[in-house]
Amino acid sequence: MALSQERMGLFNPDKPMENRITDLGPRHFWQYFPPIIQNNYGKWKYHEILEPGVLVHVSETGDKVFTVRCGGSRLMTAEHVREICDIADKHCDGFVRFTTRNNIEFMVDSQDKMEALKKDLAGRKHVSGSYKFPLGGTGAGVTNIIHTQGYIHCHTPATDASSMVKAVMDDLFEYFQGMTLPAQVRVSMACCLNMCGAVHCSDIALLGYHRKPPLVDHEVLDNVCEIPLVIAACPTAAISPTKTEDGKKSVKIKAERCMFCGNCYTMCMAVPLTDKEGDCVTIMAGGKVSNRISPPKFSKVVVPAVPNNFPRYPEVCRDVRKIIEAYAADANKYERIGDWADRIGWEKFFEKCDLPFSDHLIDDYRLQYDTYRTSSQFKFTDAAWEVSRAVGGID
Amino acid sequence: MAFEPREDQKELKYDELRIYSDEELNNYTEEELKNFKTKHDTPMCDDLESGPWPSFVADAKREALHRKNLPADRMMIKSEVVEDTLGQLEDSFVDGETHWKHGGIVGVFGYGGGVIGRYSDLPEKYPSIAHFHTMRVNQPASKFYSSDYLRSICDLWEYRGSGMMNFHGSTGDIIFLGTFTEQLEPIFYELGHVLQQDLGGSGSNLRTPSCCIGKARCEWACIDTQDLCYEMTHYYQDELHRPAFPYKFKFKFDGCPNCCVASIARADMSFIGTWRDDIRIDQDAVQAYIKGEVEPNGGAHKGKDWGKFDIQKEVIDLCPTKCMWMEDGKLMIDNKECTRCMHCINVMPRALRPGTDTGVSILLGAKAPILEGAQMGVLTIPFMKCVPPYDSIKENVIEPIWDWWMEEGKNRERLGELIQRQGIKKLLEVLNIPAMPQMVREPRSNPYIFWKEEDVPGGFKRDIDDFRTRHAR
Repeated sequence: MALSQERMGLFNPDKPMENRITDLGPRHFWQYFPPIIQNNYGKWKYHEILEPGVLVHVSETGDKVFTVRCGGSRLMTAEHVREICDIADKHCDGFVRFTTRNNIEFMVDSQDKMEALKKDLAGRKHVSGSYKFPLGGTGAGVTNIIHTQGYIHCHTPATDASSMVKAVMDDLFEYFQGMTLPAQVRVSMACCLNMCGAVHCSDIALLGYHRKPPLVDHEVLDNVCEIPLVIAACPTAAISPTKTEDGKKSVKIKAERCMFCGNCYTMCMAVPLTDKEGDCVTIMAGGKVSNRISPPKFSKVVVPAVPNNFPRYPEVCRDVRKIIEAYAADANKYERIGDWADRIGWEKFFEKCDLPFSDHLIDDYRLQYDTYRTSSQFKFTDAAWEVSRAVGGID
Repeated sequence: MAFEPREDQKELKYDELRIYSDEELNNYTEEELKNFKTKHDTPMCDDLESGPWPSFVADAKREALHRKNLPADRMMIKSEVVEDTLGQLEDSFVDGETHWKHGGIVGVFGYGGGVIGRYSDLPEKYPSIAHFHTMRVNQPASKFYSSDYLRSICDLWEYRGSGMMNFHGSTGDIIFLGTFTEQLEPIFYELGHVLQQDLGGSGSNLRTPSCCIGKARCEWACIDTQDLCYEMTHYYQDELHRPAFPYKFKFKFDGCPNCCVASIARADMSFIGTWRDDIRIDQDAVQAYIKGEVEPNGGAHKGKDWGKFDIQKEVIDLCPTKCMWMEDGKLMIDNKECTRCMHCINVMPRALRPGTDTGVSILLGAKAPILEGAQMGVLTIPFMKCVPPYDSIKENVIEPIWDWWMEEGKNRERLGELIQRQGIKKLLEVLNIPAMPQMVREPRSNPYIFWKEEDVPGGFKRDIDDFRTRHAR
């Protein structure tokens, strides 16, 4: 049965429940495995990264599968996906895979096929010059940035996602195509605190953040929102009921209690937070999800706010580069950014990365005590001397 | 493992399914694309065409040109949808604020998820994206595809939607970005009837489960992540499509403690493959690493000269439990002290492999910061054999947890927040399991124990008059 071309296809608006098929679930994965994967399922013995973006996996059966990994923009058009299909048809018997981090993986069963595939991919560029399928994203480097929708589709963002990822990956391209770092660096991007991308355990997290309390659209609030739900949505009890001068039920906001999480706006369209000057980018560092050596870690806020300088975010790129270069120069082999910072001490992290420390970076939300340093062990940095100087302890 | 779908899978052949002819698909030249000017002036978007990283703007422009050159009646929504999207993006850059309205309740009959309503707040300026609804299409486990499938999806979505997609959304679905309300049901019908393909989850539902590449191409997969993901997704279709939960609920399946799908950070219920016997050692391969015949860590560090591989420094000293040593030229591991962190296995994949008595650890309650702060999964079930059809996981873990959370969870309260509010002690009761020290990093440092009456000799009933016989006021 071909895909239909009638305006309403197989759906009959007059009888909407007719022939309805539901709860089919996803299609079965097995049919999308190339033969080399089917034949060696569960039999893989070891792997090796031959060069950035190229892996070989060796099976107990002696079979080898060569994988060529390419960066992908997660926003892809039908035109692009068709080109991926052309490549898959030409080199990979029509099969292709995507990774969790929006990379594209083409697999072949011999070295010769791999070389031909690599050559083909490297030569494909957009008319304006960017690679369509850059090889990389393996080993001790920076792989693709997972991200959220931003201005492309979202109603709550504090910044854009696709453009920031493009800008940062252009800047970090050498690290995508190289394996020169002490360990892998996972960069993630979420355009508001809802964190559809769950960036809170990334080596480097880029987070859009609002900084102005919500406006209140008194005119419509009571008609479009449940006031008790709006009040309950606030984790700091900054929202309370009020009446406008002309007697309309609405809410008021205690600005000094607002931490700009946006949870109220998720519940109610009449309290928008977004603002050109207020919205900014917060940078976090030192998180990871792997259990390797040390347990998984949360990312920590290391840059409270840099401006949304569209479309290239030079301040974001600058600070990310500072972190990566300091890490590359100073960390031990196998050490993730968070492990490195823990070893040298976070005071040294700020010094080595040349990032200013401010009171914004000291937790004042729940469980803040967990992050207090309750020890006389610390390292001297300029930030410490400034405190000593401020109390007249040194000249 | 074999091809064992829950129902027969229709073979999809693009040539039988296709909407567009080859002429329609190849309807512009490179020269035309170079000279193509989109409908709106978008200097900031255009700036994103330069630089080496794949440009989504350059890609969007070829879709825009392709649509422009198609006859208008060969698309069910307006052809300018891509150009209008770029136009609105440019306006968003200029204004520093999004131009998508809040909310919009749309969907397909009978489902409470899978479609996200979206409307432009500039509909006069950008009429083709006045409606810009998203549909989530449930990806096959670990995201392998055939070109027949992908080409069919492309034709369907270009014909009835914007032609723009995400491969993939953060949770794992293929995301169809942007169509009008009228086309939602027709798309759903085409997916179900023609492509035998369902939507994914959104809202207060089970969200689309996802898994790592697992046994398909990884030597470390301790569990069959694809099969587990497929089974759980199908078994819990009702929970996935019909909102009955306090809030979203995510399953993610990682084959080993490297956690490539980040289940420990993002899944309310995180499944991590592990083993309970000994790490397999090939002593000859250990020697090959020591002699420098094989590159450590699968060659992941070959971009920089880190010096000669030193097994003491790079493996034994970095082991978090210090349970490894060399003895008579052999690598020894005290496996009962091992916490299975994967470091030694990652560094020497040819010499060391996970054990063969494998199963799953289950961690509960991970989530992003909204609202009580970010949480990672708490280790709850240390080890469980993981054998199809996974009845003990369904009946003894998943369903008691859901019953508790549906009964006690407040509106928009994630499982992790409920665990914090009612305590792990309550969680133990729900699962009918004893406490174990592995659930915490360290025991509590305050003695504020909520003793239960039945735990205290004599209970709580006492008599004040009796007390006063011994103690004057």
